[in-house]
Amino acid sequence: MNLSLPRAGRASDRPASPFPPLGMRRPMWLALIALVAAAFVASLALGAVRIPLDEVLRALAGGQASKDTWQTIVLTFRLPKAITALLAGAALGVAGLQMQTLFRNPLADPFVLGISSGASLGVALMVLGGAAVSASVFGRTALLGEFGLVTAAALGAAAIFVVVLTIARRVQSVVTLLVLGLMIGYLTGAVVSLLIYFSIPEQVAAYINWTFGSFGGVTWQQMRVFAPALLIGLAAALAGVKPLNALLLGENYARSMGVNVRAARWWVTASASLLAGAVTAFCGPIAFLGVAVPHLCRALFATNDHRVLMPAVILLGGALALVFDLIAQMPGARFTLPINVVTAALGAPIVLWVILRRQSFARV
Amino acid sequence: MNMFWSRHSHRPEHARPSGAAPDQAAGSSSAPAALKARDLTVGYRQGTRTRVVNRGLNLCLRRGTLAALLGPNGAGKSTLMRTLAGLQPPLAGEVWLDGRPLRALSANELARNLAVVLTDRVDAGYMSAYALAALGRYPYTSWDGRLSAEDEAIVQEAMRAARCESLAARAASELSDGERQRVMLARALAQQTPIVLLDEPTAFLDLPRRIEIMHLLRDLAHDTGRAFLISTHDLELALRFADELWLMAADGAFSVGAPEEVSARGDLLRAFAAEGDEVQRYLQGIHR
Repeated sequence: MNLSLPRAGRASDRPASPFPPLGMRRPMWLALIALVAAAFVASLALGAVRIPLDEVLRALAGGQASKDTWQTIVLTFRLPKAITALLAGAALGVAGLQMQTLFRNPLADPFVLGISSGASLGVALMVLGGAAVSASVFGRTALLGEFGLVTAAALGAAAIFVVVLTIARRVQSVVTLLVLGLMIGYLTGAVVSLLIYFSIPEQVAAYINWTFGSFGGVTWQQMRVFAPALLIGLAAALAGVKPLNALLLGENYARSMGVNVRAARWWVTASASLLAGAVTAFCGPIAFLGVAVPHLCRALFATNDHRVLMPAVILLGGALALVFDLIAQMPGARFTLPINVVTAALGAPIVLWVILRRQSFARV
Repeated sequence: MNMFWSRHSHRPEHARPSGAAPDQAAGSSSAPAALKARDLTVGYRQGTRTRVVNRGLNLCLRRGTLAALLGPNGAGKSTLMRTLAGLQPPLAGEVWLDGRPLRALSANELARNLAVVLTDRVDAGYMSAYALAALGRYPYTSWDGRLSAEDEAIVQEAMRAARCESLAARAASELSDGERQRVMLARALAQQTPIVLLDEPTAFLDLPRRIEIMHLLRDLAHDTGRAFLISTHDLELALRFADELWLMAADGAFSVGAPEEVSARGDLLRAFAAEGDEVQRYLQGIHR
């Protein structure tokens, strides 16, 4: 404005500032929230039985739907399932984002740390090894069986979690941690293969069925464990967002800017393991959401700033899980596809598209 | 580019404080020491085995000066830089920062006193150059890393000082080596530290960009009172622009002084004494 003073530019910089805004655009937030809400309501209304929207909302609001069966379907089956999908999608996306940044590897996801392998091992030991005790254990309808499955998976995930955390505290290099996770995966894979080899077909079928993944297995009873575990993990991830930005430059730079790298790594490992472990225990090993969602968010928001990415991943991860689950149910059809069929079939092309579209990203 | 040269063309060459008193071994200026080390042994410790890279180093980095660490590959320049930056502990001796031992500082305190520009590859992906430079505010922001208006002003000032404000909106992954080096320098300046260490800031740059960076660093040192230490292989540029040379010979000998002084003493030839005749003749040519 004041041309006589060359330094007076500060205020008049505003209109044509060369500096781009650091935050994120509000319309994108609103769009994401609307997407989550729409996917959530749709997943309550659609399925083998189609329920009118107003009836769904009435049942949700505490009123009585015009048919008792609708009331039951919405409140007993679809609501916990929708909540599960929402939380699981958010959790897997967040864990993936944390892993990708910590390991500086665009392909890292919750499976990398071996947590999911641990859960698989737990389930394999229980279904294949312990099934001899009682045939009802792996019956999909038996409540005891469901609970046992979850317990086994949670124990397996937790065991690996403790091992990884113990080693992560001593290990200097992130690459070592990465290799550690991979090796744990191979080791558990070997044990699982061994168990499968010596098992009868029905037991193998029960195990395979678990590996297909499902959001529908979490009852209200189990939700009391599942939801708090994931909410704690998500809160921890949000609280630990600052060091992730510095870690984008690598550990040396991060340390030089005041990051306690070891503490940050521990925090990330702990929250990602809790999130991935809980989801795998209750829903089975869900593929691709953990890799795909962070990439999608980076492309959508054109940023690497975790203060933006973390909430974006939570919203988009939840929305995508809901949508994928809807697709898996094939509304109107009488059968349901395994969720992993849908996440892999749609997730892999998404990752490909994102990487090819943005060439500079191939170098990351 | 033109602005860059025109701004500095009027600066008299003898304005360098190093020209004033070429008689002191530890440094030619009487400016206060920012970083000091006595009897420092640097190297690596793995388990019970230690590998000493250099021992008995006495050094002093003063405010308002640009010091250049020179020496053949393998002499231990990077090890010394990493030790001075607090990225690895010394095997013996102590690094002092403003009279306090470096290792007694918290990570945050250290980050407020000492910034580094490393040779580590930076794959910042979608980040804008501005966001990359803004990471320098890390030690000053609260738990969520949000930048205040004042923080942003500091970052913008740093980008102007490093002559890269026109790059602000560019994606960090699309910057050339020279551009990225300046953005990383802006990030270090935004950290507002009295000391800045740069590991081979001129590596991978073409000659004009090397001259620009050296010029910029010297001016920043003199204008802002910060202490800059660079490690470099650019002998001639270092002789021309640095206030002080730190020479590290392959045999571990370490000598310090203003460029004129170092030349006069023949330290340069001694530092590269292990090299062949061609190198010796070339070095003699450089300082006549």
